[in-house]
This record gives sequence, C-alpha cells and structure tokens, in this order.
Amino acid sequence: MRIHPAPAAPPAIFDVAAIRALFPALQQQVHGKPLVYLDNAATTQKPQAVIDALVSYYAHDNANVHRGVHALSERATAAFESARKTVQRFVNARSDREIVFTRNATESINLVARAWGDWQLNAGDEVLITAMEHHSNIVPWQMACARTGAILRVAPIDDYGDVVMDEFARMLTPKTRMLAVTHMSNALGTINPVGDMVKMARSVGATVLIDGSQAAYHQAVDVQALDPDFYVFTGHKVYGPTGIGVLYGRESVLQAMPPFLGGGDMISSVTFEKSEWNELPYKFEAGTPNIADAIALGAALDFVQSIGFDAIGAHESAVLAYATAQLSAVPGLKIIGTAKHKASVVSFVIDDIHPHDIGTIVDREGVAIRTGHHCAQPVMDRYGIPATARASLAMYNTTDDVDALVGALARVRQLLG
Amino acid sequence: MQDLNDLYQEVILDHNRRPRNFGPLPDATQSAKGHNPLCGDRLTLSLKVEADRITGISFEGSGCAISKSSASLMTDAVKGMTLDEAITLFDRFHLMVTTPIDEPIDKDAEAAVGKLAVLAGVREFPARVKCASLPWHTLKAAITNAPEPAKTE
Ligand SMILES: Cc1ncc(COP(=O)(O)O)c(C=O)c1O
Repeated sequence: MRIHPAPAAPPAIFDVAAIRALFPALQQQVHGKPLVYLDNAATTQKPQAVIDALVSYYAHDNANVHRGVHALSERATAAFESARKTVQRFVNARSDREIVFTRNATESINLVARAWGDWQLNAGDEVLITAMEHHSNIVPWQMACARTGAILRVAPIDDYGDVVMDEFARMLTPKTRMLAVTHMSNALGTINPVGDMVKMARSVGATVLIDGSQAAYHQAVDVQALDPDFYVFTGHKVYGPTGIGVLYGRESVLQAMPPFLGGGDMISSVTFEKSEWNELPYKFEAGTPNIADAIALGAALDFVQSIGFDAIGAHESAVLAYATAQLSAVPGLKIIGTAKHKASVVSFVIDDIHPHDIGTIVDREGVAIRTGHHCAQPVMDRYGIPATARASLAMYNTTDDVDALVGALARVRQLLG
Repeated sequence: MQDLNDLYQEVILDHNRRPRNFGPLPDATQSAKGHNPLCGDRLTLSLKVEADRITGISFEGSGCAISKSSASLMTDAVKGMTLDEAITLFDRFHLMVTTPIDEPIDKDAEAAVGKLAVLAGVREFPARVKCASLPWHTLKAAITNAPEPAKTE
C-alpha cells in the first residue's frame, strides 16, 4: 500500500449540496425531470453572487469608466479596476497592467494574432499549434499566416489524445516564432504539459500563447510559474457572464506590441497628425469596455477562490473517475480521449448511434450534454468520427448526475439500439 | 409534453435501420453534397435524370437517425417524379417541417407529402429540423446542379 504524505492543510469541506443551492438555474425541471446539467465545457451556470453583481452594478453604479468625475463614474471605475485586480490575483500576474479585458477567449487570441502576429510574423516563419485546438486557436493563426506568409504547423496527437511529444519537439525549431497551445482540450479533456512546452518553446526563442479557456475553471493558474507570454481565458466558462474575456500578456511584450483596435480609451493624446497610445492595459481596450460583465467576472472569480481549486479539483476528479467507470460499462460505448492527465470531460460514441440522437433523447430525461464536433473538427477527423456526445463536469456535478446520464443512455439503446 | 415517440416513430426507426436507396449510383447523371456544419453530417445524393424525370436516386454518407430516415423516405418518394414535381414536393415538405408547432400544417402540403408526414414531429425539436431538411436541400442542389455543397440554411 502506498503511504500518502499528510496533507499540508486540512482538506477543505466541500458540501456539494450547499454549492448547488447557490446556482438558481440548477433548481429547475426540464421536460418534467430535474435538470442534470453536464454541458459545462460549453458554458457553466452562474452562482447567485454573479447575478447579484450584474444587477447591483446596473441598479446603482452604472456609468462610463475612466472619464467622469462624478460619483457614479468613480464607483464604476473603482469596481471595474478592482475586477482587474481580482483577475490579476486569479492568474498570479505580476501587475494589473498585464490584464486586458476582451469579449471572450476568441477575441483575446485574435488580438494576439493581429497585433503580435502582423508585427512579428514574416514569410517563412512558423506558428506551431496542436491537433487538439479549438477552432478559435486555429482560425486566427490561419488568417495571420495568410496575411504574413508564415506557415502553420500542427503537432499530432496519439490515440489517447495526448500530444506526441517527440513530434512536438521535432516541429519546434528556430523557425517557430509562436507556439499557441491549449492548456486543456474541450473535446478530449486532455491536460497538456504546458509547463514543459513553454520551456521547450523558450529554448528555440518562440513566443507562447496558452489557451486556458477550459483549464481556468478546473485548476489554479499561475502565469509566473508557467511563464507563457500570453494566457487567455473566457469569462462564461469560469462561472462568470458571457461577453467578457481575459488576455494576460507579459508586460514587456504588451509594451512593445502595437495596439489592436483604435478608438477612445486606448490613446493618451490625439491630433489629426498622430495619436499617442495609452499606457497598459488601456492601449488594448479601445472604446467603452464591458464594465458590468467585467465586474461580474470579478465576482465569479472571488466565488471560485472562496471555495478553492484544491477542493474543486478533488471533487471533480472523483466524479470524473466515477463517470469514466460507469460510462465505460455502458454496452457499445467508447470513450474518445483517454489521456492519463485529463479533467472533467468524457467524450463518447455508442456503436453507430449518432450523437445527435443521443443528445435529443437524453435531453427528454432532463440531461443536458453537448453533441457535435465541439468546435474541434480536426479532432473528430483524427478519430475518423463526425461527432461525439460529451458530458463535461463542473464543481456542482455529482455522481447522481452521472447515474442520471447512464439511465438516460439506456433509453437511447431502447429506442435506437 | 412533447414525446420522443413523436420524433422517433416506427417508420423513422425502420428507415434508419434499413435505409432504402443507400449506396452509390454508378450511372448517375448528377449529384450534390450536403453538409450540416452543426453536427458534421455529410451526405452525397446522386440522381439519374432521363428526359426531366428522376429514374434513379441514391444517397451515401453518415448522419443521425433523422437525416438518414429523411433521406431514405425522400429517395423513395421522388423516384419516378419529374424534376418539377420533385421541387414542388421539396416546397411542401419544407413548409411542413418549418410550420410553427402551434399552427396547423397546411392541408394541401400535408396531403402532398403523404408518407413523409411522419417527419412532422421534428417541429417539436427545433434543433433537429435541419437534420430532416438536409437531404431535401441536397436534392434541390442536385436538381439545379449547384456547384456549392448544399447547406441547411
Ligand atoms: C479550448 C477552448 N478554447 C477557446 C474557446 C472559445 O471560447 P469563447 O467562445 O468564449 O471565445 C473554447 C470554448 O468553447 C474552448 O473550449
């Protein structure tokens, strides 16, 4: 028997029933059955604290930021900038000048592909991604390559859903100017060894962007430890509202990089001859920002931190292990994505039953899962399938949810088997 | 409550299990590809047209139970029709599956589609209407010989 070292701190008390009670959307019935929400990789439900933050901002503090001298504008500005500090702490950035608010992860990646890509990429340079990227970490690079003549390279994945590291190392050369890689795959659940990948990229002088959209709500992120140049995530997956995303950028890189969009807020002075860019991070935030959702994102991150990723991670791992075992026992079911290091996602197919039919049938049992290509068509092509069904977990899911899914899958078999 | 059995009717399940006119059509005169980007379904529809009449038809590809059975039912229905008749049936079918659930289906359309009326149940499942209509959009593309793959919008 293995002897586990004593935990440094007593395990946090994780009361999943109490946590569920904080999410109003989870309290409903769908088609006459209690909602079992297992589509968290698409978006998570919102705790009351986040909903309250939105309502309270609009009810009391609504004003434009960084421009008024009146009380409401000062309150709104303070709340907005305090949310930025919350994000800074959440990813452990050195400074809040390194935190840029965007609309979502997609916009964050496009910002880098445009502002950094058009500035730094030249014909013959290479951008390296992996075969498990979400479309939003593929298409902006394809577009940047088309503009600059750079070449997009794709590191392959193996049957388990891990990046083939030998190939990855081989493809990373002094020609590689950018490594853009996901921290965690939304389609397979794989967690990439991004720490090692960053070190390898550094050794050839490449700049690194990590897509943290999936990782950011399952595990603590420390950009100083990981040390990428850019780390992006999207608010709505980390229990925050839609319409708000984050770009972390290393200060020296953001400083040197030209702006993305032009307009108000991103300048320090404008004449018709020339404009001076504003200081960081405002240089990258043109126009009135999404004030309300930034503030509510701050509330979401505070909420997550108050529970803590140690507790969330332990709970989610236990439910994932249960889900993997229970689903593996479903006749004809095959799990797609069996990396050793994975989190919170079970993608699967059942014989030749189309995932869309699975999705429709389990929905009638109150179970919400995602079916389709999950914005990762190259992943589907890699496994030679058009689509998968995907159950994905958040902090509020339980083994009962897994049982409900397995029960609903029996109905699929009964109808279509 | 909308019932799953409205969608997955016996006829549909049967056509899903044993799709008719499934496979290649060696002497096809025209064909079209259909793609539903939402679910990744792909379908190739082949026609043999002689003197403006569909004398042969088949489909290939992968899809859900709804798109497969819709394609199977469609190929059965339009075989032997003139191209104009097939286009008219397309319009009727389209009208049927896009009629809002709280409105009655046009009587002429219902009569015209005949056996295809089993697919009226998709109206209760908005996300699935495109599955039922993909084969029909592909048929229209094959008839008009459109060079672009057919889409469901
Ligand atoms: C890995 C990954 N990257 C990027 C995104 C894009 O997020 P958004 O659509 O919020 O920009 C997603 C979400 O679907 C994702 O799972």
